[in-house]
Amino acid sequence: MVDAVARGVHVSTGGRRMTLRKFVRRKSTIAFAMTLPLILIIGTLVVYPAFYSFYLAMLNKSMQHFVGLANFSFLFTRETFWMVVKQSIIFAVSAVVFKALIGFMVAHFVHNIPVRGQRKWRGMLLVPWVMPPAMSVLAWLWLFDPSYSAFNWLLEKIGASGVPWLGNPYWARFAVILVNVWIGAPFFMIMYLAALKSVPEQLYEAAAIDGANWWQKMWFITLPMMRNIIAITVLFSLIVTFANFDIVRILTSGGPVNQTDVFATWAFRIGIESNDIPLGACVSLFMFPILAIAAIFILRDISKRGNEA
Amino acid sequence: MQTATTVSATKASPARKASLRRDRRRALVWSYVFLVIFVIFFLTPPVYMVITSLKTSAEISAASNPWWVFKPTLQNYIELLTSPTYLTFFRNSALVSLLTVAITMAVSIPAAFALSRLKFWGSATLATGVFLTYLVPNTLLFIPLFGIFAFLHDITGIEFLNHWWVLIIVHPMLTVPFCTWIMIGYFASIPKELDEAALIDGAGYLQILTKIFIPVALPGIIAATIFAFTVSWADFLYPLAFTTSTDQLVLPVGIVTTLIKGDVFNWGQIMTGALLGAAPPLIIYAFLMDYYIAGLTAGATKG
Repeated sequence: MVDAVARGVHVSTGGRRMTLRKFVRRKSTIAFAMTLPLILIIGTLVVYPAFYSFYLAMLNKSMQHFVGLANFSFLFTRETFWMVVKQSIIFAVSAVVFKALIGFMVAHFVHNIPVRGQRKWRGMLLVPWVMPPAMSVLAWLWLFDPSYSAFNWLLEKIGASGVPWLGNPYWARFAVILVNVWIGAPFFMIMYLAALKSVPEQLYEAAAIDGANWWQKMWFITLPMMRNIIAITVLFSLIVTFANFDIVRILTSGGPVNQTDVFATWAFRIGIESNDIPLGACVSLFMFPILAIAAIFILRDISKRGNEA
Repeated sequence: MQTATTVSATKASPARKASLRRDRRRALVWSYVFLVIFVIFFLTPPVYMVITSLKTSAEISAASNPWWVFKPTLQNYIELLTSPTYLTFFRNSALVSLLTVAITMAVSIPAAFALSRLKFWGSATLATGVFLTYLVPNTLLFIPLFGIFAFLHDITGIEFLNHWWVLIIVHPMLTVPFCTWIMIGYFASIPKELDEAALIDGAGYLQILTKIFIPVALPGIIAATIFAFTVSWADFLYPLAFTTSTDQLVLPVGIVTTLIKGDVFNWGQIMTGALLGAAPPLIIYAFLMDYYIAGLTAGATKG
């Protein structure tokens, strides 16, 4: 309606064609000027480095000769590389599954209690997500300390023996996943709580009249209504977890003997610390396909939702 | 209609009503039990940070109960807050985060306005591109960026690496896409009638932005500001990769690299430093929790 009126106004003043054209031109020039800094930032800090890393990955260590795909084929022959692939996938998948499960459960618990108290609980539960990861992982590092571990103190008090949290490869992997879940679960909780609140109460009332039990309500109402938000948070968290650096770097630094290294930490070790920039770029490029797949699914989901709305 | 049926149904069977109430009560009790368990899980590390920060080195290395402070002292806080190194970290962090926030807002507010209102050739593609770059994690690009800075040093002679201000150049990459994206969402929710009325009254686009959009979308702007500050403050990878000298470090890297001297861990000071380093985001969160959560959920729920 308003659109039509506004267009009508322009048409009626269409006699002054020059000013109209000038007006249109002004609009597009303004739009261009307003988006130019954004385009420059994305261009110089994201797009250009992305292409540059493909180029870098095809140079030799001193960055003077073009070696084609030699870096990639060299990586394929290294056992550590396949270990890193395996660990990155295990960490990302298991951490995201537990984040989603815990987030889903905690969101329900918060949703169940009276609205008055929800703010307080939500406030406490989101703290791990708010703290800078580097700082909170230091606290975990201290909790896992080999000689003064506060967890081991508790275990010994109840008669169990202490656990070599970061010394044994399996426990170290467990610790990395645990810290990952600790940091990420509150994000899921907040997203699922928002989604739960948007499910119309009438649906549950109608289901209750039809005699639906708790499982049926969950399966036929809650989950379908939250499907989109679950998909998006899982995909998004998959990207973030898969590409995570801080947790492994501070907690185990990849040790013992690369057994907790993921793509990001290994690329850092090779590219920055061992000064082999091409090989490091090569390693970090392997994160790209998985992220691209997740991104495609997210985009598809978002445009689908756009069409529904 | 529905409610009428339920009312008559419950009136008909008071026993069923009582059992429903008992079920609800039991669900409530269990919810509280589990909430307490999860809150303990989520708050153990920060609480343990506080406990350790109040201890002396002697008490930390004693075999006493680690979960209790027997002789509380503020010694660690006093030492850190009077240490020039730590204050330098704090200053660097504050400068980096505040300048990043300023740049981010200056770039993303006009861009979001243009993308949500001034439809132009390629604006839809650019909006999708903004969202895609938001999905790019920082771990993917730190090596090419490192290479670019080294290369720039070779051709221009300007040393980018090992200066705290290099972070102001790279942090917008982490903050601008998300802030633009959520601002597009907030701006799109402003009714078109508002800017059409202003246009008819003869306002220019800049006036529409500053007089209508910014005041109306202020909650969104606050959420985006908080996000940009927190991300820039918490970033660990870029400062670790790009800065090395002690006087150029920001807090997270400074604490990790300088307070850990060889194999000697002064845990009292590390925990105090980490706690003070986590304080600014936590304080902002404590006061502006609703904006924080709005920003968090807007990123994924506004498609």
